[in-house]
Amino acid sequence: MLEKMIFGRYIPGDSFIHRLDARAKLIFVFLFIAIVFIANSWITYGVLFVFTFLIIRMSKIRLYFLINGLKPVVILIIFTFLLHLIFTKEGSIIFEWKFIKIYEEGLRQGIFISIRFFVLVILTSILTLTTTPISITDALEALLNPLKKWKLPVHELALMMSISLRFIPTLMDETDKIMKAQMARGSDMTSGSIKERMNAIVPLLIPLFVSAFKRAEDLATAMEVRGYKGGEGRTRYRKLEWATRDTVILLTLVVLAVILLYFRQ
Amino acid sequence: MKSEIISLQEVTFTYTEEEKNIRPAVDNVSFTIYEGEWVAIVGHNGSGKSTLARLMNGLLFPQKGTVRIFGETLNEQNLWETRSQMGMVFQNPDNQFVGATVQDDVAFALENNGIPFEEMVERVQQSIEKVNMSSFMNSEPHHLSGGQKQRVAIAGAIALQPRILLLDEATSMLDPQGREEVLSIVRKLREETDLTVISITHDLEEALLADRIIMMNQGEKYAVGSPEEIFLRGQELVDLGLDLPFAMNVSRLLRDQGIELVAEHMSEEELVNDLWTSHFNK
Repeated sequence: MLEKMIFGRYIPGDSFIHRLDARAKLIFVFLFIAIVFIANSWITYGVLFVFTFLIIRMSKIRLYFLINGLKPVVILIIFTFLLHLIFTKEGSIIFEWKFIKIYEEGLRQGIFISIRFFVLVILTSILTLTTTPISITDALEALLNPLKKWKLPVHELALMMSISLRFIPTLMDETDKIMKAQMARGSDMTSGSIKERMNAIVPLLIPLFVSAFKRAEDLATAMEVRGYKGGEGRTRYRKLEWATRDTVILLTLVVLAVILLYFRQ
Repeated sequence: MKSEIISLQEVTFTYTEEEKNIRPAVDNVSFTIYEGEWVAIVGHNGSGKSTLARLMNGLLFPQKGTVRIFGETLNEQNLWETRSQMGMVFQNPDNQFVGATVQDDVAFALENNGIPFEEMVERVQQSIEKVNMSSFMNSEPHHLSGGQKQRVAIAGAIALQPRILLLDEATSMLDPQGREEVLSIVRKLREETDLTVISITHDLEEALLADRIIMMNQGEKYAVGSPEEIFLRGQELVDLGLDLPFAMNVSRLLRDQGIELVAEHMSEEELVNDLWTSHFNK
């Protein structure tokens, strides 16, 4: 199941979107989230929809792959659509069957909310699919840097994030190993009541925690030996470079916002 | 005689200072290591050899005695400067990999020491080439074998161009192939540069590669000598909980069976040579 999930996964590639600066992509997504709320009519939502498809094209990620990976979200979208469809009671009735009455406004709201949800999920997924986690961390650190003035430990937070990301696969392997070891000792994690299953997780979590603490201690020692003494006086191996294309992609957002404002009702 | 690089004088260290009845982890140990040497510190578990490693790079400070590195007594002030001259590789390949990819990890120590960007890129490249990992520049740690990860750790340690490389059980979690990879890299590095290598190990095969062996037992220095001198002790080593090298074991077993052999054999080659010529010598 986990292999199919595409949240937080990175797909290597060399598209226009891949080559964008991670800072540009982050700013883009945040601004886009705000801009989406300008839309309130058929034309504006149509524009958003088309815009999203253009971005998907540019990222060269296969549409089938994207939709398939977002299946859990699609179910959520359908659910929201149905809720709006059934519970909004405005405008004229367009369909009636026994006690279910569907109103024009309900259908409209349902479709709008679904599109909004859909474009947001697609664009944030494209951000993580086309950017390595390490670049996202670097970009976050760069963007949050001004907050250092208010004593926010930006460097430490970014380092914590990148170390966590680096250890996810290691801990996953470990979980797998412990699970097999416990199963070999007769622990049953796949059947029984919910309470029994919860109890079966305890002997999995405790060894995992113990080893995670051991790893953390080792890692801290290794970092100290290699001269880590905080963010002061550190140089950076990874450089973020802002290119013209990054400015261009942010300008397209301005254009999009203007178009949406113009067609807004 | 070459110049002294590390010198321990009457060093004593106890983890639990309050409890008087527990014997110190390192008890009154003195030795000197000279520039360009390969010294192996051997001993079974709990012999104090890993504590020695930690004392040598200032992760721990001795309660008695002094640790002198590059002629200066190690203290809080020169700690970071000393560490930048001393690369260290630990036992667990996973738990010392800080970066997200091979090149990020190698760059870590350089970043910490404020090396300018252009020089950093060059040094990372060179260090990775030295450990034959150039084709894995962008690989993530979970896609590498244990031996490969340890090679990356060595690259990270030598990127700062240190004078000393300290291997703390660096091969003990590896399979035979991984161990061979790592040791051949260390040998190659020693040929190319004047690197001082200190390897802490309980594997006598690895200790064979050293110029000198310091044997630890129960926190005390038990013996010092060339591999030949140390291995002459035979049964004594086994009693101290060390594994003899394979060739030595075979040679001993053959002699127990009444087969006449010239002497102790430390390498497979010596043993094979003695065996195939033994018939002519009769």
